[in-house]
Amino acid sequence: MSTEDAHDPKFGEYGGQFVPEALMPAIEELADAYERYVLNNEDGFMDEFRSRLADFGGRPTPLQYADQLSERYDTDVYLKREDLLHGGAHKLNNALGQVLLAKYMGKERIIAETGAGQHGTATAMAAAHLDMPCEIYMGETDIARQRPNVFRIKINGSEVVPVTVGRGTLKEAISETMREWATTVENTHYVIGSVVGPHPFPKMVRDFQSVISEEAREQAIEQTGGLPTDVVACAGGGSNTMGAFAEFVDDEEVALHAVEAGGSSLTVDEDEGVAPNSATLSTGDEGVLHGARTKLLQDSDGQIMESHSVSAGLDYAGVGPELAHLVDEGRVTPVNVDDDLALEAFHRLSQDEGIIPALETAHAFGYLEKYHEDLGDTVVVNVSGRGDKDLETVIEETTKRDLDIAPDMSILQRMGGSGL
Amino acid sequence: MGLESAFADEPAFVPYLAAGDPNYEDSLAYVEALAEGGADAIELGLPFSEPIAEGTTIQNAIVRALESGMTVERFFEFVEDLDVDVPLVCMTYYNLIYQYGADEGPRPFVEKAADVGISGFVVPDLPAEEAGPLRDACDEFGLDLVFIVAPTTTPERLERMREQVSGYVYVQARLGVTGARDDVDDATEESLARIADWDVPKAVGFGIKTGDHAERIVGAGADGVIVGSALVDIVAEGYENGDPTAEVADRLEALARELKDGALRGAQERPQPERT
Ligand SMILES: Cc1ncc(COP(=O)(O)O)c(C=O)c1O
Repeated sequence: MSTEDAHDPKFGEYGGQFVPEALMPAIEELADAYERYVLNNEDGFMDEFRSRLADFGGRPTPLQYADQLSERYDTDVYLKREDLLHGGAHKLNNALGQVLLAKYMGKERIIAETGAGQHGTATAMAAAHLDMPCEIYMGETDIARQRPNVFRIKINGSEVVPVTVGRGTLKEAISETMREWATTVENTHYVIGSVVGPHPFPKMVRDFQSVISEEAREQAIEQTGGLPTDVVACAGGGSNTMGAFAEFVDDEEVALHAVEAGGSSLTVDEDEGVAPNSATLSTGDEGVLHGARTKLLQDSDGQIMESHSVSAGLDYAGVGPELAHLVDEGRVTPVNVDDDLALEAFHRLSQDEGIIPALETAHAFGYLEKYHEDLGDTVVVNVSGRGDKDLETVIEETTKRDLDIAPDMSILQRMGGSGL
Repeated sequence: MGLESAFADEPAFVPYLAAGDPNYEDSLAYVEALAEGGADAIELGLPFSEPIAEGTTIQNAIVRALESGMTVERFFEFVEDLDVDVPLVCMTYYNLIYQYGADEGPRPFVEKAADVGISGFVVPDLPAEEAGPLRDACDEFGLDLVFIVAPTTTPERLERMREQVSGYVYVQARLGVTGARDDVDDATEESLARIADWDVPKAVGFGIKTGDHAERIVGAGADGVIVGSALVDIVAEGYENGDPTAEVADRLEALARELKDGALRGAQERPQPERT
């Protein structure tokens, strides 16, 4: 990536820096640090990052051939196992990169927001590892449905700050963290959790995550003798998507599929300001939120809608500006999978392959189930994270539905409560 | 009415309320009470669902206003229905301005705002770097565009703002988000000193709560004070206690008068007057 590109805050018409004045110097300072340390490896930053990702993080993660799915779909399915990264999700790539960068920049304190709790967990782990005090902002709805991660954040020594406004999900947590940042900007770095927010975050987070596609590309060539025909990843903010796509963007023959949460329906209740999905790329339109121009779920006035998804990590009314741009360019295909199909895929992957995926990730497998006939003969699916955090939600949501594939959970009821 | 006129003769008192908080009718009465109490210009908040520059007090006001049905169209009606003769500033976030114009950018919003009698804008999530299209539209329709100077604003960025600002410059008294405080930050004086030679009025906001604060800030060289959260607190309390509209309006008018008087006292204390 060129230095010139590093200075350009836009992806086509998307991106930019729409933040309160108090934050402008901080994001300019960050853009400067991004260029020096990340792009130019000043003081050996990238070397240290890579070595910590290997030793602390457990990289490289495997590109695993999936026997059962390959047979089922009559195509070669490969799994990029980000669920095997330390912490259980791709989120560590970015969190470790940013906490380390904050250290190089001389910051004294870390704040972050989290939806699924995976980014919060990864940031808390990176902060403990690098000895930085850290606070994680999390919406109350998400605290309730991602309890295991709340525990992990606290056990790693970070504070969890509950956010009560609105529906209490990722959108509100991001707004609240921006407010906190505006108050403490002089000594604090905000580790944003996805390829969203003002420049340089979308580029920087993509660069930290692009280790996924860098490895996957090499591994595919080594293991199959060529490039995959398709790469599939779920998109909330889009960080695992951009990470999985980045090194393939120039390989025009590789099709890139971003799978969003279709929630319970794609229809929107304008009067209530609610979208029962978070299919921003498929159904949203252009606007400005959280520091960037991008695609958004919004009403005709421009008020941001509450989004909904069974998976907390996809439940966001915005999406990364670069992803929005790649969709407009026709390079990335946006698709969506509803809650039911994602749950079904969750159980299938668990039973067929012995991998319990995050509910976010399960959306990517739901896509595979429904649309495998449209795909080529070598498909890479990014397993963005593991599903331990989601077990309570999965049991609750599975019990509500009549899913043929779901296991019989009555043993838990006999024991009284979920027992988790 | 140009915004600079509000600062012409004496230090200006510029209050903020969210339009439609807690509902349309009461809000009209509250804004009018501020004018009665001596407001020289009024910042009217057009509520946006993600007010990232706002503290809890104004966030809650915005939620009340949105829940009681405030929309962009209602906001324009609100401005038309208001019976005040001071300039009005629309304070909102860029997405609402941008979205109104569909594919035409900020121009249609500015045209409509001019039409209903708005004199200018404060858009806290629109830094000078991104403000070109809105600045152009404001020039076309004769509206002012106010920028916020923060304690952290770098000299290079100050220059960029100086080229684009009109009406007044909003000096953010301390870091962080809006919200009433009990003290006056040293950052205020430093910020004022940094822009002393700008030829637009300087109004200080963020955290001002009492007549004494206003006095000290004007004494330190400001041309005016901007007060939001302390007034919104009165609206919130009245709403929570179910107080009659007229009583809440009286309280707002009284605090407005106290703040205006404080600003006037501050001007007398100044060693030499800023303006000739
Ligand atoms: C496992 C996992 N996958 C995907 C996501 C979605 O985020 P993004 O689209 O930024 O990768 C999350 C978010 O928390 C997550 O935890």
